[in-house]
Amino acid sequence: MKTAIRWLLIAGLLAASGCSSLGVKPWERDLLAREDMLMNADALDLAYDEHIYFSKEASSGGQGFAGGGCGCN
Amino acid sequence: MKNYLFLLLLVAVPLKAEIYNIGDLDLKAQHGKVVYLDFWASWCKPCRESFPWMNGLVKKYPAKDFTVITVNLDADSEAMHIFLDQMPANFDVYHDPSGQLAEQFQLEGMPTSYLISPTGEVVKRHIGFYTRDIERYEHEIEELL
Repeated sequence: MKTAIRWLLIAGLLAASGCSSLGVKPWERDLLAREDMLMNADALDLAYDEHIYFSKEASSGGQGFAGGGCGCN
Repeated sequence: MKNYLFLLLLVAVPLKAEIYNIGDLDLKAQHGKVVYLDFWASWCKPCRESFPWMNGLVKKYPAKDFTVITVNLDADSEAMHIFLDQMPANFDVYHDPSGQLAEQFQLEGMPTSYLISPTGEVVKRHIGFYTRDIERYEHEIEELL
């Protein structure tokens, strides 16, 4: 029983540390900001999809970046 | 005559930024000077806006007391070269493609700049670049000079 708890604890710690380096650093956004990194490179198609998406989800912006941005706001 | 023509050519070519590897950056060697250390990248718009101002700083303050050092964080060096062709810089650029120094300074946004005193202390940090704050930035520099 004791070893089971110990293993569970170790597994829990490992799982928790797995999320510590999530996300992109401000200086690493260059590749994400590239046009060919968009979910959909066709502007009209994307605008259409986005419109449906934010209308349904009540969230503006939706997917993708609107350019490079400084990440400071 | 030929020599004079050559000299004229030298004068006509604008001062271009020297590009070094990030490993060559030795901030300790700048002790005794006020250092404006700026982190930028070609894809970052406010960085582009800060360039004319930083070029102006180099001209405005005496080189023996003040220096601008910039660190480029483009993973792709080609993008950096294209940027510098469009926006010539008259200060040194250190290329840090893996973000080694950015990691050390834990940048929170782009651009980020640090004002370093002659004794090597970081006195001020600016996250982002705003033309409306130029006066304040310059005032901060002048206080250290």
